[in-house]
Amino acid sequence: VSRTERIGFPAAAREALADTQLRRNLGNATRTIRAKRAAVVEEVDDWEALRDAGEAIKRRSLRHLPEYLEQLEASVTAAGGVVHWARDGAEATAIVAEVCRAHGSEEVIKVKSLATDEIALNEGLAAQGIAAIETDLAELIVQLGDDEQSHILVPAIHRNRAEIRALFARELGGGDELSDDPAALTEIARRHLREKFLTVPVGVSGANFCVAETGTVCVVESEGNGRMCTTLPRVLVTVAGIEKLLPAWRDLEVFLALLPRSSTGERMNPYTTLFTGVADGDGPEEFHLVLLDNGRTDVLADAFARQTLNCIRCSACLNVCPVYERTGGHAYESVYPGPIGAILTPLLEGIEAAPTLPYASSLCGACYEVCPVKIDIPSVLVHLRGEVVRRKRAHRLDPEVASMKAAAFAFSTRGRYERAQRLARAGRGLTRSPVLPPPLSGWTASRAMPEIPGESFREWWRGR
Amino acid sequence: VRIALFITCFNDTLFPSTGRAVVELLERLGHEVVFPEEQTCCGQMHFNTGYGDEATALVRRFVRVFAGEELIVCPSGSCAGMVRDAYPRVAEQAGDEALAAEVRALGPRVFELSELLIDRLGVEDVGAYFPHRVTYHPTCHSLRLLRLGDKPLRLLRAVRGLELVELAEPQECCGFGGTFAVKNADVSTAMLTDKVRHVLDTRAEVCAAVDTSCLMHIGGGLERLRAGTRTLHLAEILASTA
Repeated sequence: VSRTERIGFPAAAREALADTQLRRNLGNATRTIRAKRAAVVEEVDDWEALRDAGEAIKRRSLRHLPEYLEQLEASVTAAGGVVHWARDGAEATAIVAEVCRAHGSEEVIKVKSLATDEIALNEGLAAQGIAAIETDLAELIVQLGDDEQSHILVPAIHRNRAEIRALFARELGGGDELSDDPAALTEIARRHLREKFLTVPVGVSGANFCVAETGTVCVVESEGNGRMCTTLPRVLVTVAGIEKLLPAWRDLEVFLALLPRSSTGERMNPYTTLFTGVADGDGPEEFHLVLLDNGRTDVLADAFARQTLNCIRCSACLNVCPVYERTGGHAYESVYPGPIGAILTPLLEGIEAAPTLPYASSLCGACYEVCPVKIDIPSVLVHLRGEVVRRKRAHRLDPEVASMKAAAFAFSTRGRYERAQRLARAGRGLTRSPVLPPPLSGWTASRAMPEIPGESFREWWRGR
Repeated sequence: VRIALFITCFNDTLFPSTGRAVVELLERLGHEVVFPEEQTCCGQMHFNTGYGDEATALVRRFVRVFAGEELIVCPSGSCAGMVRDAYPRVAEQAGDEALAAEVRALGPRVFELSELLIDRLGVEDVGAYFPHRVTYHPTCHSLRLLRLGDKPLRLLRAVRGLELVELAEPQECCGFGGTFAVKNADVSTAMLTDKVRHVLDTRAEVCAAVDTSCLMHIGGGLERLRAGTRTLHLAEILASTA
């Protein structure tokens, strides 16, 4: 979602940090999922080899993407499906709306899909009189609460069961007697959704993987709602980013091992749905695959940042990120939060749309360590910071550029460096204040600034 | 062995006692320490903040200053990590093949202090005496870029009189992150709070690490709280004797 009124990460994070309920929910949830992931990864002897394989397959498919996409189109068409190409969200939304109109449907049921959230498909369809109904439990919670997702895999991670009980009591007619027992909450949601599964004629899904060789789309999920949405409606529309492609059927072997362990911390996810075109008397009678670009070819053109498209949306990087754990997803002001969001959002939307996100990281490297497709997120962050700085340099008066240039000048010769050391010491000696002026005031707000010792190391060295 | 000291601009200016400790320790172990005085900064701050051009100039300078040295020690995990991990990328981005070759040759000669002691000099017991309760925070770059593992802990365990207490959630970042600490001061502080909580839970008198930058952040928080726990670079513990 391209939010027009972004306030930037530092300000958004500041608000989030003050939310004590959010801090507690996130701390509990990420700690639990981190431990689960660590346990199921630990038991795989060749985990590192699997990561290497995942990275290699993704790299190959991205390098030959045009050829593979044409192969995918041919395979899907041969299996009785229809392939559409969408440059951006508007084109993709128009395609889905057209399919709905052709079948006279004013409703679609949806499987949880980040690509459709990215292009704000629900809002786009609503503007054309078509209601999109989310069927994933967490997405339903977000939709009913007129809320926004805060995690790739667990969109309502910022909500606890008391908040969900209140929401369902109000929106699903649960009434005051509704208990906050998870089973009771699930039951009322299930009753609401079952009716939709059986009556709405158009289903919309995303894709975890699209296999070029066979034209097969793979959707993995935990609740069974995805299986219902992809099998019960008469018409199925899948919206997939062009990078979801895998060259061959057997590549699934690698990714179906990497994904569940990295995302939910499970050996295998409960539901893996694979569908190939249409089949008589089995599942939807009509299948449309919308292949979405929406900025992806621009990312592909950046030789260093291209690895970002390896992402399989597992969210392992969010769960280990010390920044995400404290701020939650909303502070990233994008459907893609956390470390992957900090690189993906500015890459897809352009750096000027989210210039603070590349700096929303301490570069601790925990994300890279767990990434199942080995995206070097810290290095891509630094690469994007370079883009931000290149734009800043155009403004001659930018104070950061000026001070960084001054520092580089001071470091450029031994004489300048030693003079700068003495100057810093004299300057600090003048104030002795426990607080420093902006922008360094951010440091002294919570941390003492040490005195600068009267003798530098090199002065000591020379005098010994 | 002749060992060239890459002190880092940060230690040189703000934490000279760390540099003095490295010199005392290595000389005590019978080695010759040299200090190339032309050295300034490795360029990490510029590189990590997005100032690649400025960083490239500093990389060239570093390579020139240390070109003749066979063995280089650096009492900082992140600066050693910069030279070994990021320099090749800087050279590649600059499109400079000669620089890339020099950087490739230089990287393996740069050692963080605990690596130098254990991997290169083969000592675990450096003959230190430090009768205090100590906890150890593994800094992110020493952990994930250099993969120091338990090397600093092995050195600390061999110190006489030292009581080593384990830190909870040790691998979690303290929140320093260079310019992150200022650009995102609120998040940085929230991360620091949890790190400080774990440090104080150990009831240690000293929190040790191999990066004075992270320690300035943790120590700055402890000082604001008048917590009664101080921070100290590993080198200063290893240098102390009875």
